[in-house]
Amino acid sequence: MTGTTRRGLLSATAIIAFAEAASAKTYTGTMPWSPNYADPAQIVTPGGWKFFTDVEAQAVDAILARLIPTDQLGLGAKDTGGTVFIDRQLAGPYGGHDWLYMQGPFPANPLPQQGLQSPVTPRDQYRQGLKALDAYCSANLAGRNFAALGPDEQDLVLTGLQKGEIKLDGRDARGFFNRLLTNAQEGFFADPIHGGNQGMAGWKLVGFPGVRYDYRDVIANPNKPYTLPPVSLQGRAEWESGR
Amino acid sequence: MTTRLPRKDVVIVGLGWTGSIMAIELARAGLSVVAIERGPWRDTATDFNIGTAPDELRYAVRQEIFLKPRQETLTARNNLTQTALPIRQWGSFLPGHGVGGAGNHWNGQTWRFLPDDFRIRSRLVERYGEKFLPADHQIQDWGVSYDELEPYYDQFEYLCGISGKAGNLRGQLQPGGNPFEGPRRREFPTPALPQTYAETLFSKATSDLGLHPFPRPSATLSTGYTNTYGCQLAPCTMCGFCERFGCANYSKSSPQTCVLPALMREPNFEARTECEVTRVSLTPDGKHATGVVYIDAKGQEFEQPADLVLLCAYGLFNVRLLLLSGIGKPYDPKTGEGTVGRNYAYQSSGSAQGFFDNARFNPFAASGSIATTADDYNGDNFDHAPHGFVGGASITCGASNARPILYHPTPPGTPTWGSKWKQAVQDNFLSTTGCGAQGSVMSYRGNYLDLDPTYKDPLGRPLMRMTFDYQDNERKLSAFMAERCGGIMKAMGARQVVTNKISGPWNVVPYQTTHNTGGAVMGADPKTSVLNRYLQSWDVSNVFVTGASAFPQNHGYNPTGTVGALTYWAVAAIKERYLKSPGALVPT
Repeated sequence: MTGTTRRGLLSATAIIAFAEAASAKTYTGTMPWSPNYADPAQIVTPGGWKFFTDVEAQAVDAILARLIPTDQLGLGAKDTGGTVFIDRQLAGPYGGHDWLYMQGPFPANPLPQQGLQSPVTPRDQYRQGLKALDAYCSANLAGRNFAALGPDEQDLVLTGLQKGEIKLDGRDARGFFNRLLTNAQEGFFADPIHGGNQGMAGWKLVGFPGVRYDYRDVIANPNKPYTLPPVSLQGRAEWESGR
Repeated sequence: MTTRLPRKDVVIVGLGWTGSIMAIELARAGLSVVAIERGPWRDTATDFNIGTAPDELRYAVRQEIFLKPRQETLTARNNLTQTALPIRQWGSFLPGHGVGGAGNHWNGQTWRFLPDDFRIRSRLVERYGEKFLPADHQIQDWGVSYDELEPYYDQFEYLCGISGKAGNLRGQLQPGGNPFEGPRRREFPTPALPQTYAETLFSKATSDLGLHPFPRPSATLSTGYTNTYGCQLAPCTMCGFCERFGCANYSKSSPQTCVLPALMREPNFEARTECEVTRVSLTPDGKHATGVVYIDAKGQEFEQPADLVLLCAYGLFNVRLLLLSGIGKPYDPKTGEGTVGRNYAYQSSGSAQGFFDNARFNPFAASGSIATTADDYNGDNFDHAPHGFVGGASITCGASNARPILYHPTPPGTPTWGSKWKQAVQDNFLSTTGCGAQGSVMSYRGNYLDLDPTYKDPLGRPLMRMTFDYQDNERKLSAFMAERCGGIMKAMGARQVVTNKISGPWNVVPYQTTHNTGGAVMGADPKTSVLNRYLQSWDVSNVFVTGASAFPQNHGYNPTGTVGALTYWAVAAIKERYLKSPGALVPT
């Protein structure tokens, strides 16, 4: 975790006036600040899986290809790194609900307005859900797993999951479907540093120019198309190729 | 084993907006001041660096700068008949964390409450009679007036450099400003922000409907500004990464941009981070605070003795600390007795989204508070008699961003995936806008805070339990405002208008607002308030409690302007009166 190193550095460089007994960070007399230091996100690079098995990754590829398809409007989630995005998210703190309150008891019948009340993590949900999805397809669709189905068949299965008409392992799978859809959209619209939205395909689809960080000219020119291409936290591919 | 540290004059719990203001004012008055903050240090150049800050997934979706629920959360239920369960993942509101607190991730909408808001109960009874007030309400006057707070609103606004246009200068109405606002002593520190395209349509539509649009007061600044402490801010670049983000651009007023650079130069001030205060320590008779007890990141316990204890955490956590420390009598909704936890309130809403043909709103070009507002339906600015509810809302057109993970509007009936979804997202992203009402929530007998009987934090202390639901009064208000918003959106020329009002029970999942108020309210009567009019505990006179926890009910605006004004009002009383003669500033 980058924060730990950084905090250590800060406390070493800050002027410490007091409280040697305390292990807390103590700041007095100056702003604790180190030049040329930021707290960067981990940059995701494709290659290998941190969480998925190859079979699971194939299933996620197939699901993403239907949820946000590649079509005449441009590339979709599968073809822009969506599976890599989800894999890396599941391998990180998100996948284990590391930041969430996960102490029991977990009640059997929470009210819907009380939100998340299950000990099942996203990692568990994918591992169990993908296995059960292939089992369902295999049992009901001539021994084929989800990835082997045709697009129309895949859409029927996904629709069945979304409407709660198809159960997985005998249980309602709408929560699993909703997580798939949420993660698909996250990857498609997040900054490309997280692994999805390669080529800023999601941003180009809608006309989001990314992190240019200065849009005063847009306010000054109302109701006009914005024509500059999008920029991510790592710039644009064209900048690299021009070097 | 608890290590007892050397005494300080003042210990402050929480180094956000109110803690940093208290700290600099009291350090400059010559007192030794220590602020104890449970989160990490945060600084613009490092934590909100321009090369890392505008990351929607990391900050807005995964909520990296917020308090982690694993460290502390609340349990929630709608009423006494339900069993409260933990909010395991933030949704409805997002508490801040670390130095700067919620002052880092706010949108910067910086309001003054209306003069009548501070005497709301008196006003409503005068105009409509006691019977008009909603069932089981506990609406009460604040114990402080707008005129008393005005100099301190001014002080906070000049700290922040707020951009706006006065509507009332010393009683003279000013064209272009809000004609309903209370009198101001002088113009805003910086000029109003320019209008977006959507705002120009809103201004015309509301004016045609007979309303009075004006620029929303903004802590994302229109121009460079040097504040009262010598701290410098830069003009806002409309990057669209305000709420849920720290500002990389030094353009959003925050403790980081407005207070800390000056505060850290005060030699008698010290900040201790990553230390969680577990309780206020009291003398055996419970009438005097001796300091605070805290646990550092290694789990070691310390006692920090101090003459004056200031609870400056996020309002909800101030209330919890009072309950955990045994300061004041916990509120019991069955008997109506006790005060700590009483009158928890929130914010109501109603809105309309408009889908347009041939419009380029370019909503990605935005700041958290660039907007145009009309206050005609706020407070008691309109006659409530025909409508059967009390309270009001500011109605605003102002997209704070168009970050595409959380914002990709589609008209009702659009499939949620597949090529048709893609097409709809593409068609509507740049050509959709909306307007929304931010409304009051009155205080009620059954909406309150107490300690949960079951769930604990990692230190083994009970979580706080929130019992809250929107009542009929707020549901009527919401429906009324949604209808008004819908009318405005039609007048703006939308092809299709979708209105939203409160429906169903209060739900912890969808984001609503981080405007949690009450629980440690101020007032004139110790039977119905935790604090006197100077934010001083009625029960332990060397404890003061800042924050929106002091609001006796919530009104139709964002709270921070009033939180800042109350802080300056309280610190003035501490400096001018309390330090000369410590003890209760108001006799009981």
